[in-house]
Amino acid sequence: MRTIENQADFEDQVLDKLSGYQSTARELTELILANLVMIGEIPAPTFSEDHRTLFLKRRFGEVGLQNCSTDEAGNVLGLLPGKEGKRNILLVAHTDTVFSEKVDHTISVGPNEVVGPGVADNSLGLAVIASLPDILERLNIHFDSNLVLMGAARSMGRGNLEGLRFFLSNSEVPIHYGVCVEGAQLGRLSYSSVGMLRGEIISMVPEEHDWTMMSYTNAIITLNEVVNKIVQIPLPKRPRTSIVLGSIKGGHSFNTIATTAVLQFEVRSESEKTVREISDRLEEIVAEVSAHSGIEVNMDVVATRRPGGIKFSHPMCKTSREIMKAMDIETNIIPSISELSALINKDIPAVTLGITNAEHIRQPNESIYIYPIYRGIAQLIGILTAIDKGFCDED
Amino acid sequence: MKIKEWIQHNTFHHSQFWDLKEMVKEKEKQNLKISLCIPTLNEERTIGKEVVLFRSELMQRYPLLDEIAVIDSGSEDNTLEVAQSYGADVYLADDILPHLEQKKGKGENLWKAIYQLDGDIIVYVDADIKNIHPRFVYGLVAPLIYRNAIKYVKAFYDRPLAFSHGVRPSGGGRVTEILIRPLFSLMFPDLTAIIQPLSGEYAVRREVLEKIPFPIGYGVETSHLLDVYNRWGLDAFAQTDLDQRVHRNQSTQDLGKMAFGILQTFINRVQAHGIIKEIPELSTILRQYQAKEKDYEQIEHKIVEDERPPMITIKDYQEKYNITNPEEV
Repeated sequence: MRTIENQADFEDQVLDKLSGYQSTARELTELILANLVMIGEIPAPTFSEDHRTLFLKRRFGEVGLQNCSTDEAGNVLGLLPGKEGKRNILLVAHTDTVFSEKVDHTISVGPNEVVGPGVADNSLGLAVIASLPDILERLNIHFDSNLVLMGAARSMGRGNLEGLRFFLSNSEVPIHYGVCVEGAQLGRLSYSSVGMLRGEIISMVPEEHDWTMMSYTNAIITLNEVVNKIVQIPLPKRPRTSIVLGSIKGGHSFNTIATTAVLQFEVRSESEKTVREISDRLEEIVAEVSAHSGIEVNMDVVATRRPGGIKFSHPMCKTSREIMKAMDIETNIIPSISELSALINKDIPAVTLGITNAEHIRQPNESIYIYPIYRGIAQLIGILTAIDKGFCDED
Repeated sequence: MKIKEWIQHNTFHHSQFWDLKEMVKEKEKQNLKISLCIPTLNEERTIGKEVVLFRSELMQRYPLLDEIAVIDSGSEDNTLEVAQSYGADVYLADDILPHLEQKKGKGENLWKAIYQLDGDIIVYVDADIKNIHPRFVYGLVAPLIYRNAIKYVKAFYDRPLAFSHGVRPSGGGRVTEILIRPLFSLMFPDLTAIIQPLSGEYAVRREVLEKIPFPIGYGVETSHLLDVYNRWGLDAFAQTDLDQRVHRNQSTQDLGKMAFGILQTFINRVQAHGIIKEIPELSTILRQYQAKEKDYEQIEHKIVEDERPPMITIKDYQEKYNITNPEEV
């Protein structure tokens, strides 16, 4: 735990080392970028991460990790044993991306930036994890704690954090702390999760429908009715709540009446109760529109999260902020709905960090800046060191 | 029969050489030095990734390569700056052996690499490969490390996008299938076993490179095959399947220029080897046509396949490598 008495130790053992970490990360630029390119050019849409996982497993073996393995959920794991091994720190990045295998995954490396689908989300996160053993070796850092390095499969979208949840439910290794690594943005600090419900509303016109009803027999128009009603749902300011209408797809061409339409949405709230209430309201809207139009409308929930997390004043959160401040990284505190949620659900103190600045995230021309990566890696090693030395322990 | 046996024994797939640790051990046992040459001209978009990958994977993680050199024909973009920023040795072709008459072409860069680089093996990899991977180097170098009799290893690329366990054609690009393979079939049937004779990726022992002439333009790969075959035979060759190579597609007009240059080299060679005698003086102008409204306009391309002599005949090279009697070598 951090006290006034050991503040000097914290500065000496963590803060004063950060610039050295940054220089070493810079010296290993080629290693980090090579890992980024080789990982990022292997397509890994959710549920099809096998090739990427296999590469990581081999790489974990090459850098000398122990117990390198994949599990039945498609995760890849490797253990960097600590000197004492009394506690286990999980360092995790998701292996899946939003890009299908059909997308050209070629990455280009310029003098200042790297461009390609998924470089930020989350090939860089994985590359940092894959490079970390070499960086620690170069820095001659040997933690007392065991470091469990993990590429988590089936995280995004319908994956619903399946890989990490499986690991946390079935692992015989107790996890004491978790650090989730995201490629972007540098300065991101997530220590809590919001409540979330992610789903699809699908409107379908059966082939045998009465087509004389003209425009009413259209899946898009029906879905439009649903959207009109969703935007009228009153949202409370406290607890903070939002409904994201993320994507809408329907029909096939200019002149064919659409027989299917799909809306993908996400409800987020600081309150689990509010998420539940909005979910109930959405179910009512779907039933109402379906009844009025005579067209089949269904709601399919694909992922949920419970809110929670450590407090702002928790030593892990405080330490992370101080490390970022010492490195002139502007902290951007945002609640998370990604891997952090699975750790929070198991009451494991955890944070999510970003490594560098990025643009065009989740677009084919996704790009990351190279120079800030060194600071991003230094903050990560700083936080791992702080955890290892007990500065993040609660009283 | 000879071809069948050769394909069986001298055709590899890069996955056979996955054990890089073992390969480096064998390389060190033989005290071999290996150099990578990347010839460039305006390749700033792809060069960074190539250098990063090769340096990290094949110099730092597995020390298979002893040097990575970019030899440039005079890029007008930031090719050299990008390559240098990621740790490659960069050279302007004109600055190597500067007292020789200056010539421009990819073959010139490859030839000058023999003088500038120190490797017992030099591996050449083009800079325009979008899906670059360490296999592009270790897949080519491995047969030379494991088999002493092999002197020249060519790349080929044979990963189909879909395949249903039947018979499928396997081969090279348009110029290979329309020009080179018919020519080889007519006069050098053994060489048809080389699936992609024009691939720009190959690894060669110095003892071979220093003794063969280098056309500086389109004909360099073709002339290598003919010269090495004539002097050392088919068994000196091997080829490695590197799966897939993603690169810029060339227009049919550009391929026409390429075919014209290659034909010049080919005809020179068959004449020199006495296969065809008394060929009249050949034109060096390629004529292509374009339509402008109702007029057809002729475009003339002057393509001269200039050639460098074997490096071993160059005095500076003899001095650098203490070769006192090049003819004996």
